[in-house]
Amino acid sequence: MSDTPVQTSATVLTVRQVQDYHAMTLVAPAIAERFRPGQFVAAAVGGAHTARLVRRCFGVHEVKSDYGGTVEVVFADTEPGTGWLAGLRSRDQLDLVGPLGRPFRLPRDPVGCVLTGGGPGAASLFALADTLLRRGCKVHFVLAGPSARQVFGSRMAQRVGDTAAIVTEDGSVGEEGTLDDVLPRVLQETGADVVYGCGPTDLLRTITQIAGELGLPSQVSVEEFLQRTGACGTGLCMTCMLPVHGEDGVTRMVRACADGPVLRGDRVRWSDLGTIPFDALGAPRVLSVTEGGSR
Amino acid sequence: MSDRVRTALGPLELPSPVLTAAGCGGTGRELAPFFDLGRLGAFTTTSVTAQPRAGRPTPRVAETPSGLLTAMGMPGPGIETFLERDLPWLVEQDVRTIVSLAGHSVEEFAELAHRLRGVPGVAAVEVNVACPNVADRGRMFARHPAAAAAAIRAVRDGTRPGTPVLAKLAPDATDIVTIALACVDAGADGLTLINTMEGMAIDTGTLRPALTGVSGGLSGPALRPVAVRCVYQVHAALPHTPIIGTGGVATGLDALELILAGASAVAVGTALFHDPLAVPRVLRELEEALAARRIERLADAVGLAHRPAGFVPPQVRPHEPEKERTP
Repeated sequence: MSDTPVQTSATVLTVRQVQDYHAMTLVAPAIAERFRPGQFVAAAVGGAHTARLVRRCFGVHEVKSDYGGTVEVVFADTEPGTGWLAGLRSRDQLDLVGPLGRPFRLPRDPVGCVLTGGGPGAASLFALADTLLRRGCKVHFVLAGPSARQVFGSRMAQRVGDTAAIVTEDGSVGEEGTLDDVLPRVLQETGADVVYGCGPTDLLRTITQIAGELGLPSQVSVEEFLQRTGACGTGLCMTCMLPVHGEDGVTRMVRACADGPVLRGDRVRWSDLGTIPFDALGAPRVLSVTEGGSR
Repeated sequence: MSDRVRTALGPLELPSPVLTAAGCGGTGRELAPFFDLGRLGAFTTTSVTAQPRAGRPTPRVAETPSGLLTAMGMPGPGIETFLERDLPWLVEQDVRTIVSLAGHSVEEFAELAHRLRGVPGVAAVEVNVACPNVADRGRMFARHPAAAAAAIRAVRDGTRPGTPVLAKLAPDATDIVTIALACVDAGADGLTLINTMEGMAIDTGTLRPALTGVSGGLSGPALRPVAVRCVYQVHAALPHTPIIGTGGVATGLDALELILAGASAVAVGTALFHDPLAVPRVLRELEEALAARRIERLADAVGLAHRPAGFVPPQVRPHEPEKERTP
């Protein structure tokens, strides 16, 4: 079965600093050949005798056929685990599981697509862009961030995209402003049919809202939420739960890793993230006699 | 799997002594892409509750040195969905299944056992009297011998006589041996030792508890010495009661340590989050470790550490350095 994840010892090819982030290329043929855009990999950090049991999950920037198959991930060094990763050097080994999660769903016809991202998560959009372009889709990038150092891939976006709009809060690259100022305009100008997103949760929420106002479907990857809350990446630990309402109108707590990371933006209850909404399936019943603290 | 590692939990014979621990193997579907579930001694389900439960809000997990702190709030689909969707899948895969039950009252335990009675594909029932994660922690059965015994009795009475009932106990009781004796008196056929131990972490960035549940259950290799102690003490008091040892098992030697303390089988838990292939690896390493010590049958190793000082055990052959991997 080629669509199932594998566990592999990947060899580090290069680690380089890109703005505020680290880009790591790994030789992992089994993962590269199975990968579909939107999926992620889960890395064990700290080496063979590690005391850190949580796997770190990263979206895949691109896969290439060099050396039998390489996978590139982009991450921010925010805690000791990612610090250890950033310290790896060429020829080091890394225990990697992947590809994991559900990929972006692709349009059947060659339609116009807007790919919106921010932070290191924007990296996942480039693998998607590659696939969309090969299917004859138009690809329009919108990248947003606080300043130039937190916008990954602005030059690459200009190179591979049919159009690319960059917006920063301090105007250090592209326009000065926020996503709210730019995305509605790009959506109208390009006549896009679908919006894809990957990046910080607030950004995804904005994307969903703007797409919804224009009646466009949005597909977003909750990779950042997964990185903050998950522990395994494989769907076992049940810690990366977020409220999503289904076709039947019932809200369920779903796993960002195994049920995502790509979700329909309009199905995620963004304002209830980090809570169990009272109407979610299995939510605690307030003041219930059987479960409350009455005894 | 060689005959060397065959084991038994009372009447339940297992071709492998390496199980998954409750709450760590998902529904089984998540592990299936990584290895043949038939290689499991048994699959222990996530604790099944009477009603669907969403559990606690995130964050539910915090990473601590060689461990995880989790406060899940016992999420699950409830027994109805479990019997319709999850158990039949395991039966279809021919996986020996131990069903873990969690109730919030003795009546709920009785109801769960009743619902499970006669359902095909249940190799054993594990009674989770220990999980410190539920919202109403004040009534944790595992801390009181009488309460634990009442829960066990309810499940034992509702379960078919041929199906073993196992009591899963928490280490942070005043005296785990007293609790274990009470459970066995109440009809438990075996014991699963141990559940997580209550701990807490504070986020020094937000200056608040790291988990929404404030405190959580500590698991992983950090817990292993506590598990070894509990298995040793309980096996000394109840040498004929089969024990599933669990708590921080990540390697074959970890499994052997619990077996030497008195466990007849071991369950791998938190290690599965770190290494989805942990079960077949632990089994392979355990087989190698037994062979290196010229122990022909796993049963011969159970409780071997209780032999008095002066007993000369078979030595590891010096030319075969063992691979050790301790996360």
